[in-house]
Amino acid sequence: MMMNFDEHKPIYLQISDSICEKILNDEYAEDERIPSIREMGAQLGVNPNTVMRSYDYLKSLDIIYDKRGVGFFASPDAKKRVKSMYKKEFMETELPVIVKKINMLEIDVDELMAKISKELDINN
Amino acid sequence: MNMVKMQLLSFRYGKKDVLNDISMRLEPGKIYGLLGENGVGKTTLLKVIAGLQKPWNGSCSVFGENPFNRTPSFLSRIYYLPEELEYIQNDYSIRFFAKINGPFYPNFDNEKFEAILKEFAVEGDKKLNSLSHGQTKKGAIAFALATNVDLLLMDEPSNGLDIPSKTLFRRIIVEYVSDNTCTLISTHQVRDLENLIDPIIILDNKAVLMNASLEEISEKLYFGLHSTIPTQALYSEPVPGGYLCVMENDDLGESKVNLEALFNATMQHKKRMQELFVANAAETSAPSLRPE
Repeated sequence: MMMNFDEHKPIYLQISDSICEKILNDEYAEDERIPSIREMGAQLGVNPNTVMRSYDYLKSLDIIYDKRGVGFFASPDAKKRVKSMYKKEFMETELPVIVKKINMLEIDVDELMAKISKELDINN
Repeated sequence: MNMVKMQLLSFRYGKKDVLNDISMRLEPGKIYGLLGENGVGKTTLLKVIAGLQKPWNGSCSVFGENPFNRTPSFLSRIYYLPEELEYIQNDYSIRFFAKINGPFYPNFDNEKFEAILKEFAVEGDKKLNSLSHGQTKKGAIAFALATNVDLLLMDEPSNGLDIPSKTLFRRIIVEYVSDNTCTLISTHQVRDLENLIDPIIILDNKAVLMNASLEEISEKLYFGLHSTIPTQALYSEPVPGGYLCVMENDDLGESKVNLEALFNATMQHKKRMQELFVANAAETSAPSLRPE
């Protein structure tokens, strides 16, 4: 599931998101090496400076870390950090947009809550 | 550190002005995209840097030398891949071409050359005059990258490549350009090179309108999809879902730089773009405008 895809986001954030997705679905296991900047750039056909920005950004969030001369690794608690970052983004950016839409469409709150609990039941 | 330093450079073909008072600097380790409308002098600019044309006025210094002196040491550090490849389409193969031309470049890497030929699926032993234009181009790109020169100039390298090869071209550039090489790629097909080129240089007959990293561009300009055109939009174009608008970025956040929209916005607002992007550059490079 792509949780955070937005084609108007800067490319370095789109790359960060795709790395986060891969951490969440265990393609990049915690404490394991992720592709080097050049490998990632060559895979995607993206300028290495852009990939470097993605890695710097994820480093600043402690989602990945860098072992000098060895490469970049997913942090030991990378999954937890990705989830809390996405949760914050959902609460602060995405939810207000949804709420605006609920208001605009005059959706009944009881009806909405019933629908949400039903969806939650299906997913669990 | 600058690899290329151009100051108030002008060039004329006979009485026809091509470049006028062009100033710019290029640094190692970057993949510059040189954009400009047809006829603004992109190719001429590359030729001046390569030492193939003599500026009419102003100066161009590459590795601290005047390129037009074409010293052997200068020529061994630079490679110019022209758009038209007739000169290479001869009665020999790309492997033979590499065998006779590789020795001029001290860092020529034959393994890299073979690896790129393989990735591009070029028949290395077939005579170049019997290969298609696209295959010849791929062979020439393989040679250019394998020279491992400090300054790599490519004029419209994606021209003549089919769609899968264009994707491959971007990957190959990222994989094989050496860390400290300064790469300058001219193009009028920005979609071919989207996500590859950064910084972006936009050239006009009379000036460099922009020489900025994508990071700087996204700080100063905002690219967004809107259902109606905001009054402050510098440029807008209808796209499925609304209008793609370019605006000055007053706290609008980061967005993805769309190169075509950037180019079109720049063509419509040359002066403003120069103020936004070159004014700073002029300040920081002001001392160099004095004679050295």
